[in-house]
Amino acid sequence: MSYAKAQSKNVVWDWLTTVDHKKVGILYLAGGAFFFALGGIEAVLMRIQLMFPDLAIVQAQTFNELLTLHGTTMIFLAAMPLLFGFMNFIIPLQIGARDVAFPFLNALGFWLFFFGGLLLYVSLFTGGAPDAGWTAYVPLSSNSPGQGLDYYVLGLQVSGLGTLIGGINFLVTIINMRAPGMSMMRMPLFTWSSFVASMLILFAFPALTIGLLLLMLERLFGATYFAVDFGGNVIIWQHLFWIFGHPEVYILILPAFGIFSEVIPTFAKKRLFGYSAMVFATLIIGFLGFMVWAHHMFTVGMGPVANAIFAVATMAIAVPTGIKIFNWLLTLWGGRIQFTTANLFALGFLPSFVMGGVTGVMLATSAANYQFHDTYFVVAHFHYVIIGGVVLGIFAAAFYWWPKMFGYRLSETLGKWFFWLFLIGFHMTFFVQHFLGLMGMPRRVASFLPGQGLDAMNFISTLGAFLMSIAFIIFLIAIFASTKNRDNVQDPWDGRTLEWTVPTPVPEYNFAQTPLVRDLDPYWYEKHEGDGKIKAAEPLGEIHMPNATILPVTISAGLIVASFGFIYHILPLIIGGFIITFGAMFVRSVKEDHGYHIPVEDIKRDKEEGK
Amino acid sequence: MADHQAVEKQTLPPNPEKATLDGRNKYLGFWFFLGGETVLFGSLFGTYLGLRGGVVDGPGPADLFHLDLVFIMTMILLTSSLTSVFAVINMKRGNYKGLLMWMWATVALGIAFLGFEIYEFYEYYHAGLGFTTSAFASSFYTLVGTHGAHVAFGVAWITVLLIRYRNTGLTLTNAPKFNTAVLYWHFIDVVWVFIFTVVYLLGIGG
Ligand code: HEM
Ligand SMILES: [Cu+2]
Repeated sequence: MSYAKAQSKNVVWDWLTTVDHKKVGILYLAGGAFFFALGGIEAVLMRIQLMFPDLAIVQAQTFNELLTLHGTTMIFLAAMPLLFGFMNFIIPLQIGARDVAFPFLNALGFWLFFFGGLLLYVSLFTGGAPDAGWTAYVPLSSNSPGQGLDYYVLGLQVSGLGTLIGGINFLVTIINMRAPGMSMMRMPLFTWSSFVASMLILFAFPALTIGLLLLMLERLFGATYFAVDFGGNVIIWQHLFWIFGHPEVYILILPAFGIFSEVIPTFAKKRLFGYSAMVFATLIIGFLGFMVWAHHMFTVGMGPVANAIFAVATMAIAVPTGIKIFNWLLTLWGGRIQFTTANLFALGFLPSFVMGGVTGVMLATSAANYQFHDTYFVVAHFHYVIIGGVVLGIFAAAFYWWPKMFGYRLSETLGKWFFWLFLIGFHMTFFVQHFLGLMGMPRRVASFLPGQGLDAMNFISTLGAFLMSIAFIIFLIAIFASTKNRDNVQDPWDGRTLEWTVPTPVPEYNFAQTPLVRDLDPYWYEKHEGDGKIKAAEPLGEIHMPNATILPVTISAGLIVASFGFIYHILPLIIGGFIITFGAMFVRSVKEDHGYHIPVEDIKRDKEEGK
Repeated sequence: MADHQAVEKQTLPPNPEKATLDGRNKYLGFWFFLGGETVLFGSLFGTYLGLRGGVVDGPGPADLFHLDLVFIMTMILLTSSLTSVFAVINMKRGNYKGLLMWMWATVALGIAFLGFEIYEFYEYYHAGLGFTTSAFASSFYTLVGTHGAHVAFGVAWITVLLIRYRNTGLTLTNAPKFNTAVLYWHFIDVVWVFIFTVVYLLGIGG
């Protein structure tokens, strides 16, 4: 297929079949944003119900469903895919690669995530969403009537498979595809932290896979792992879930840490302070992340010895995290700080996240945990780390990389409104929840009684949620109102890393010539020690690209068909779905994809048209 | 990358499975995949160990397991790993015929293993161990069944490769494919060694 032919396709078909990591990245962002909006609506509905005591705007059962959908959506379908979007788009550019290691699997990963997420939401229309919380503890989940939890199990199974595939793709890309000179210890921290996060995905998600498999077999085929009267044990689920679940929170926060480590030096106009300490702190956090899962189970009755061990291990994570915080502060120290929106999000992150960290250490105190457990104190804690860390990171990344990804700069004025309203709304919503929790308000309740001193703070909390919603709408407006800012988009922030060296819009082959990396922060180095241009590591030549294909969509769709078969016990659907999936895999393996070549003349023409 | 594809068949490099970037990516990616599979089976082993005492009124491990049957299955699977090693040795020597032949032998042994496993499950079922009988039963069938499903997938995968590439000769495209398939096969063999010890030996002895 010729280059010209590859470009002249129907737009929808083009997006359905793309294997270009940049387009897959944008698909992840769009999918993640869609689910983020849904999760946000669910959150606001819950907060409206909790605005005053004794309200009955949503019924208790509906509240449970909103709660479960909100948590599940935000973690699996919003935060992770949004990060995956940036990782997909940016990592190959940062390491000087033309492509990811497995473009086909990368696209497959996206479609599995997206279809899995949609499957979860189908439950809303088929008589009830899952209602056992995002943690789906048994026997609540194994005995929950209706199909809601079957949708939960299968939706997460399918989308989790996509995440796993995506993780492996990033790992191999980062190890094998780096440009000459880009040694591991010259990699930008966003790439580093995504690398460690991908390791965590690889070793954490299979535990969830098994947990979900067991729950599915228990619910749909009568297995008895969790049925105590058959010799089963309900604690096994909690272990499996948290062996996955704790690393999961680091899967979310590490890429966000990476984003801040890019944004802060860029806008402080200084090198990142303590680069190697940052790398090692990331690795240590990744390692310790697997050692602490039982801190979610202090009150289960594991005994004082196990509790003490897990408490100490948890507190130990504060050390590498503290190292990171101080490195960011010292990067800012003495810098010429520019208060762009991206940087404001980074600066807002520092105190917000530290607050979440402090309550984390409080929660890790296993004796005190009996008091905090299952109260709003926990809700406050994890929203401080998740919103104060991950979501602020995603917004910083959006403002930072938007020009490179979409070819225009987001309005700074609207951006600053967005930032301030969001930050104030966020603290308003969740700060008071610490005290609600300490006063004994349990989490996951659909209502509360008047006259217990909870009214005012719940009201404030809901107002904060409104403020955050308004802020988010301003962000949406900014996306559409900023499209005229099309100047200065190649390197708008005076960047330091390779992604700012390629033209905007980024050509599909990224780099006409593979770059030669001569130092950490290669672009900055060339700007100050060289002639401001990256040296090429190879002569201009033909570039080989993989072909677009519809098979990722087909494979994912087959699994959805099979999932419906499982949920409703329809054998032909199960078989049919698997035939579609395995058939498509078979086609993929038998029909060799030789890709196509972009001729040198086309690359030269691109080069002249771009600056 | 492009220059690699131009290599003549006769002048394949000494390690054709790792000669292209694509081949190296597949190889590394597959190792990572096996890392994930390790956690997968680790979780199943953990579940089984937690539940193997939960026999309630049904038959327990010591009532069911027979070392002779499991020993034969173990031998079959270990031998199949050996034949796949012979296949790779032939690949490195450039002897494509030998590669195909030893891979077919591996497939045959895999099918034999599956036959024994089905027979085994059939026996247990008739001895009163249904999937839903007890927590022990569920976790046993899940662990060993997941392994069996892996064997079945491996058999299907290698068969597809063997038919697809029956007369293409060794190329830079199919060498990495055979290589990863063999890697996978070794992995499920190692898992079986753990099942043999943790499930069967411990079940009979401990
Ligand atoms: C945007 C503003 C947000 C608001 C107003 C909000 C509000 C809430 C509320 C009211 C609950 C229920 C608490 C309870 O009854 O126990 C909740 C739970 C939860 N939220 Fe959020 N949330 C927001 C953002 C997020 C984000 C961004 C994430 C993750 C990325 C997230 C993750 C969770 C989780 C995991 C739960 C627990 C669900 C469960 O208990 O099963 N939230 N949130
Ligand atoms: Cu945790």
